[in-house]
Amino acid sequence: MAGAFSRILSARRSVGILSLVGAGSLTAGYLLARERRVGAAANVRRLYPASAEYPDLRKHNNCMASHLTPAVYARLCDKATPNGFTLDQAIQTGVDNPGHPFIKTVGMVAGDEESYEVFADLFDPVIKERHNGYDSRSMTHPTDLDASKIRSGVFDERYVLSSRVRTGRSIRGLSLPPACTRAERREVERVVVDALGGLRGELTGRYYSLTQMTEQEQQQLIDDHFLFDKPVSPLLTCAGMARDWPDARGIWHNNQKTFLIWINEEDHTRVISMEKGGNMKRVFERFCKGLKEVEKLIVEKGWEFMWNEHLGYVLTCPSNLGTGLRAGVHIKLPLMSKDPRFPKILDNLRLQKRGTGGVDTAAVGSTFDISNLDRLGQSEVQLVQTVIDGVNYLIECEKRLEKGQDIRVPPPISQFK
Amino acid sequence: MLTKWRQQTFKYFVVEEEFPELSKHNNHMAKVLTKDMYAKLRDKQTPTGFTVDDVIQTGVDNPGHPFIMTVGCVAGDEESYDVFKDLFDPVISDRHGGYKPSDKHKTDLNFENLKGGDDLDPNYVLSSRVRTGRSIKGYALPPHNSRGERRAVEKLSVEALNSLDGEFKGKYYPLKSMTDAEQEQLIADHFLFDKPVSPLLLAAGMARDWPDARGIWHNENKTFLVWVNEEDHLRVISMQKGGNMKEVFKRFCVGLQRIEEIFKKHNHGFMWNEHLGYILTCPSNLGTGLRGGVHVKLPKLSTHAKFEEILTRLRLQKRGTGGVDTASVGGVFDISNADRIGSSEVDQVQCVVDGVKLMVEMEKKLEKGEAIDSMIPAQK
Repeated sequence: MAGAFSRILSARRSVGILSLVGAGSLTAGYLLARERRVGAAANVRRLYPASAEYPDLRKHNNCMASHLTPAVYARLCDKATPNGFTLDQAIQTGVDNPGHPFIKTVGMVAGDEESYEVFADLFDPVIKERHNGYDSRSMTHPTDLDASKIRSGVFDERYVLSSRVRTGRSIRGLSLPPACTRAERREVERVVVDALGGLRGELTGRYYSLTQMTEQEQQQLIDDHFLFDKPVSPLLTCAGMARDWPDARGIWHNNQKTFLIWINEEDHTRVISMEKGGNMKRVFERFCKGLKEVEKLIVEKGWEFMWNEHLGYVLTCPSNLGTGLRAGVHIKLPLMSKDPRFPKILDNLRLQKRGTGGVDTAAVGSTFDISNLDRLGQSEVQLVQTVIDGVNYLIECEKRLEKGQDIRVPPPISQFK
Repeated sequence: MLTKWRQQTFKYFVVEEEFPELSKHNNHMAKVLTKDMYAKLRDKQTPTGFTVDDVIQTGVDNPGHPFIMTVGCVAGDEESYDVFKDLFDPVISDRHGGYKPSDKHKTDLNFENLKGGDDLDPNYVLSSRVRTGRSIKGYALPPHNSRGERRAVEKLSVEALNSLDGEFKGKYYPLKSMTDAEQEQLIADHFLFDKPVSPLLLAAGMARDWPDARGIWHNENKTFLVWVNEEDHLRVISMQKGGNMKEVFKRFCVGLQRIEEIFKKHNHGFMWNEHLGYILTCPSNLGTGLRGGVHVKLPKLSTHAKFEEILTRLRLQKRGTGGVDTASVGGVFDISNADRIGSSEVDQVQCVVDGVKLMVEMEKKLEKGEAIDSMIPAQK
């Protein structure tokens, strides 16, 4: 039966064929998967018992290493997703990168949507640790992209230099960057660029493929701080995300340069809304509008985003599950930054600070990147409101310090609302 | 619900959609791989599950250099060279001077067949070294092996090496548990290898799980050294100061044969066949996998107009004393055999011995201000 299918399929796409197969299509789907990736289950070669394969994690400090016991490894090492993604592939980045004593990395990635299910015994405790105790078995994640609910999202521009919201989206049915083939990656590009071509009004824009951009275009994108480069971080390269670079990678942005999409970097898509100044409300409005428009356009063509009610939007790294949202500002806080209560205030406001070069950079002068800590268990609206309320509080503190008045450490705000 | 989506969006991608973009590439794989070849090979896999995409990944990710032609493909196991012969055969032919699929490779590790080699002038020849690689039959190669397999190779190798005696008696230093003192000594001896940084190796998956099951073994005299699980299962090195290549080669042959006996007893001999010789990860190292060379002072000869020509005719290549990709320092060069397959170990080391002897004589002539034109050999 498999042979008959391979003959039918040898020269053309099978999407229409599956509808002919009808009731047996579940079987057909798996047979086709087996034809495309010969012996997906065979990828899991088991010459040795699990104990001989178990990685040496004694010097490791990442979430994967904390939760991958020999028992969990033994239970999961024979499994593979329908695409053939295995546990060893999921954890490779964490095995190869023992981690930092101060910063605990995640140490594992998903190769496809099914990874989170097939390897739930490991992903669930990692998700719980990374996302403040969120229990993906029992809890549901709220999704809310109604920007009209935002209150007072316009900041004092004597302090806030710029505002930005980013997230990621994955195209259901196609493997994620650690595992995708060249054809799948190109399909992601095609689907997304096709959809983006349908955006209108302030969202009208164009696509710059990394393989085809001119030197001039490249320079302009660098000047706009839009261009992303081949990953050099071993966290990403060990997870196989830089394979075939720069094939099917690119950047789309609208003409006003306020809405930007990265294609096939660490996720299928990264969606960014940003502008100079303090109008976070408008940035978030554009963010929600753009996301909904893109979703509408891909749904029209028969596609959808990876999403489920427990994990929210499904992305490559477990740290980005839920909203995948980081909303932040570049803000000048010369007096606050010297106050010893600053870290505690940020913590209680559920905010984090980074340098203005992004994660892993130091602050320049006293300008910081301030953004939400949390990703999963609260909606987009809730997280952006948290950032707005927090930044307003920080500005109030800065103003009070300017006048020689004292400031208060606010009580910690509750997490899962 | 996921299953429904898997069916609806699943496609069988045609070759055009999967075929890599190689128009800016300059490596042997890119020169040889056609869409038809890819179409034929894409549904195959070796018994260990290695696919053509796995074979070519390093060549896709590393377009290459305009001047230096890299190989651009690797084997994941012994069977790769057979299952993907449509790709490997032309790559091997391009890399190894027209070596044909029907050609037979000669293996000769009988050190007594080497003529001379014990009289290279130590005023010029500073050190002598012979290295090769060996793969253990029955285990996947570094691009593809699992942790369990890699550890099994280490265990078997250490057992074999620790059973050696006499001049070969030595000790194993696993990378993950060596002391600081041991590490410093190994660095001072120039023995220690580090986690690969070359994107050629990284893109082929050879640094996975580092430093698990990697290590260095050497004898007490520090003249026989084995690297375990770096780019190949084993890299075997015999070396010493001075110009006695004969002694270096003897130790090399004897040591290798003793190790091989022990592996054979465990039913895990070395990967070898009569067409490709010793099977290693990179096609460039097939055949003997042997690089026999010296560090030799040739300040005058190296600036002679015919230096490159002489090397080519002698079937030799030059490198800086830091190894491949380095420049020479103070007129001292690393001179070694250019060939790997189609000639035996004895043949290749003979080339080095005869060629270096001749070049030292040329250097001496040039020192006296005499011409060397009559000494320039015909193409070997």
